[in-house]
Amino acid sequence: MLSRVANAIYWLNRYVERAENVARFISANYNMTLDIPEGAGNQWQPLINTTGDHELFEELYGEVTRDNAIRFLTFDRRYSNSIYSCVRSARENARSIRDYISSEMWEQLNTFYLMINAASEETVMDLPHQFSADVVHASQAFSGITDATMNHGEGWHFGRLGRMLERADKTTRLLDVKYYILLPSVDYVGSPYDNILWAALLRSASAFEMYRKQYGRITPRNIIDFLMLNRNFPRAVHYSLAMAMKSLNEISGGHADSYTNKAQQVLGRLLAEFQYASLQEIFDYGLHEYLDVTQTRINQVGDAIYDVFFQLKLEE
Amino acid sequence: MNFTGYDTEGFYDELFDAQGNPRPGADLLVQRINSLADSELQRRQQAAEKALLHLGITFNVYNNEAQTEKIFPFDIIPRIIQEQEWRGLEAGLKQRIRALNLFIDDVYNAQKILKDGVVPRDLVLSAEGFRKPCIGLQPPCGVWCHITGTDLVRGGDGAYYVLEDNLRCPSGVSYVLENRQIMKRTFPLVFDACTVQPVTDYPIRLLDMLQEMAPPGLRSPVVAVWTPGIYNSAYFEHSYLAQQMGVRLVEGSDLVVHRGEVMMRTTQGLERVDVIYRRIDDDFIDPRTFRADSLLGVPGLMEAYSKGKVALANAPGTGVADDKAVYAYVPEIIKYYLGEEPIINNVPTYACWREEDRRYVLEHIDELVVKAVNESGGYGMLIGPHASAAEREEFKRRITANPRTYIAQPTLSLSRVPVLVGDHFEGRHVDLRPYILYGEQDIYVLPGGLTRVALKKGSLVVNSSQGGGSKDTWVINLEAKESSPESPLQEQNQEDLSC
Repeated sequence: MLSRVANAIYWLNRYVERAENVARFISANYNMTLDIPEGAGNQWQPLINTTGDHELFEELYGEVTRDNAIRFLTFDRRYSNSIYSCVRSARENARSIRDYISSEMWEQLNTFYLMINAASEETVMDLPHQFSADVVHASQAFSGITDATMNHGEGWHFGRLGRMLERADKTTRLLDVKYYILLPSVDYVGSPYDNILWAALLRSASAFEMYRKQYGRITPRNIIDFLMLNRNFPRAVHYSLAMAMKSLNEISGGHADSYTNKAQQVLGRLLAEFQYASLQEIFDYGLHEYLDVTQTRINQVGDAIYDVFFQLKLEE
Repeated sequence: MNFTGYDTEGFYDELFDAQGNPRPGADLLVQRINSLADSELQRRQQAAEKALLHLGITFNVYNNEAQTEKIFPFDIIPRIIQEQEWRGLEAGLKQRIRALNLFIDDVYNAQKILKDGVVPRDLVLSAEGFRKPCIGLQPPCGVWCHITGTDLVRGGDGAYYVLEDNLRCPSGVSYVLENRQIMKRTFPLVFDACTVQPVTDYPIRLLDMLQEMAPPGLRSPVVAVWTPGIYNSAYFEHSYLAQQMGVRLVEGSDLVVHRGEVMMRTTQGLERVDVIYRRIDDDFIDPRTFRADSLLGVPGLMEAYSKGKVALANAPGTGVADDKAVYAYVPEIIKYYLGEEPIINNVPTYACWREEDRRYVLEHIDELVVKAVNESGGYGMLIGPHASAAEREEFKRRITANPRTYIAQPTLSLSRVPVLVGDHFEGRHVDLRPYILYGEQDIYVLPGGLTRVALKKGSLVVNSSQGGGSKDTWVINLEAKESSPESPLQEQNQEDLSC
C-alpha cells in the first residue's frame, strides 16, 4: 500500500484512541475528585502532568482549575492533543484516505467529529462524565466498524498497530494518574478512600468487571498486575503490545521469533520485557519510573515505524 | 404540498409548459408531489440534506476562513428530460467532442486548421490553455480529452446551447452519482414507475476507458486518481471516484519518476503506475516542464509521458480548446473536421478582438454578459443588465485595453425549474452539465448529468462557489413508462427514507 496511506491510517487510529483515552482520563479524575473529601488538594494538576503537556497548559491558562483543565483537554484548539484536536486530526487523516477505508468508517468518524463540533462547552462543563462517555462510545463504535467492514489486510494492520501502541502508552499514563493523585495525600493509602480511587481507575479503563471476575478483592498490586501484565484484557499494556506485534509481523512478514526491520526489533524487545516481567521487579524498579521508561520505548517503536514504512528512501 | 400557485413567470420551465401543465414525462412526479402531506416534502428534503452532511459530501470554499467545508445544496425536485430530446443532445455532444479532440490534436501537431486560416493562429497560440511543451505529443489512441463536462443551457426559445466546453478537469460527476442515491431513497416509487436511465455504471465505464489508454501489452494496468489533496475544493469527488473504481488515490508526494518510469511509494517499496487520471492543472503536474515552483508536481513526469511510459487523462494542453475565444470558433471547427453542421449551437458570441463585435459590445454592454476568456467558475464576468453603471464603465475600460481577453454574449433567459423554498415552490434558473467519456472505440455520454441551480432568487450564476446547488437529472423513457402495469400513486406515503 502507499506509504502515505499507511501513515494516515496508522495516525487516524492513534488519534481516535487518544481522544478516547483523554476522555477516560477526565472521567476517571472527575469521579475521583467527587469521592475524595474536600481539602485533599488540587486533583486536576496531576492529570495535566500526566499528559506531558503541562508547560503548554501553564502558558495558556496559568493556574490549574477544574474548568481550565477540562477545557484544555476537551475543546482547546490550540492544544494538539485535546479531544477536539484529536478527532479533527483523525478526520483529516480519514479524509485523505476516504477511498481506502470503508464508507462506514468514514461516516462514523464524520459523525464523531460533528458531535464534538456541536457539543457546547457549557453542557460539557456541567456533565463532563456524559461527554466523556459519548466520546468513548464513538471511538469504540469506530473500532468495531473498522473490524467489521474493512479487509483485515495490510491497511487494517497498520490501523491496529497505531491503535494498540497508543493504547499501551495511555494505559501507562492512566496508572500514572493514580500515582500522582496519591502523592499529596499519602494518608489515604490503605484507607476506604483508596479503594474508591482504585475502583474508579479500573472503571475508567473499563476494567472493573473483568478485574473483579479474575481477582475479586481490590488491591493495588493486583490492579497494576491486571492493567500492566495481563495478556487477555484488551486495555492492558501487555495485551496491547502483543496485538501491536502481531500486526507488525503481518505487515513485515518473516518469522515471529526474529525480525526483518528495525520496528520489529524494537517492539519485539519491548514485548519480551512484558512477557517475562514480574510485578515485584516493577515495584523494585519503581512503578512510576517503570511507566516512564515504557513510554519512552513505545515512542521509539513509533519512530522506527516511521523510518521503515512511511519515509521511503530511494537508491538510484 | 402542491404546485398550485406555482408560476413560471414567462420563463421556459423544465417541469411545466407555458399553460402550467406538467410536461410529458413529468406528470407522474407532479402528481406524486401533489399527493404528499403538507410537511412531508420538507421532511424528505431535510432528510436528504442530513444524509449529505453525514456522508461528508462536501466541497471546500476558498476565501472563507470560518467554514471551509459546505454541503453542496441539493434540491429534491428532479429535473426531467425526455429520452427523445436527450438523444439529440447526446448526438450533439459526441459530435462536438469528436471535433474538439481533432482540433487539439491538430493544434499540437500538423496545425492544418491554422494554416487554412479557419481559426486565427495568434488567437490559438496566445490562448491561456495553450501549452508549448505539448507540441508533437501523440497521446494513446489519439485521445486528448478523455473526460469532458460540457455546460449546456436552455434559452427562452426552448433550444439548448453550449455555454462552455470544460475539457480540462471538469468536476461534479460525483454529485450526479450521490444525488441519484439520495433520490432513490427519497422517491423510490416514482423512480420505479418512470424508468429513469441509470447513471451508476459511470465509474465502471470510466475505469474501462482509463485502462484502454494504458501502454500496450499490460494484462492489468494500474490506474490511479491524482488529487492535489484534501484542501482541494473537489477532493470529495477525487476520493469518491477512486473508491468507486477501486483504484488508488495518489498525491504528488506519492509519485516519483524512477529510472524513467512513474512509480508510487508504497510500504513495500516502489510500484509502477500505468494510467493517471489527474485532477490537477497542467501547470502543476511537472515542475521540470511547467511551473517550476509547483510543489504538487512530479519532476520528470512529462518526459515519461511523452515516451509512452504512462498515460495521462486528460492529456496536458487540452485547455487550448477550452478558451472562451476559441469557443467562438467551435461551429467552424466542427464543419472543418467533420463536414457537419453543429447539432447543438453555441450561444451567439461577440469576440471583442474583432473590431465590429467590440463596437457592438461597448454600445450594448447593458444587455450583454461579458466574460474574461481565461476565467471560470463564474468569476471575472459582468452581467450587464444587473451591473451598476460603474461596473459597466470598468468593463468597458478593460475591454478596450485588452480586447483579446473578452467575449460577450446576449443575456440568455435561462430555463427554470421549481425548487422547494420553505413551504412552497419557486422557479430558479438552471444549466446542465453532461459528462462525456472518450474511449478507444466510442464516446459515451452519461444520461442526464449535473443540473446546477442558481438558488438565489433571480440569479443566473449556478456555480457552487457562488450560491449554486444541484438537482438530480432524470432522462425518462416515456414508452417504457406507459407499459408499466400499476400506478404507484394509489399507495400513498408508502415511500420511506429508511430503506
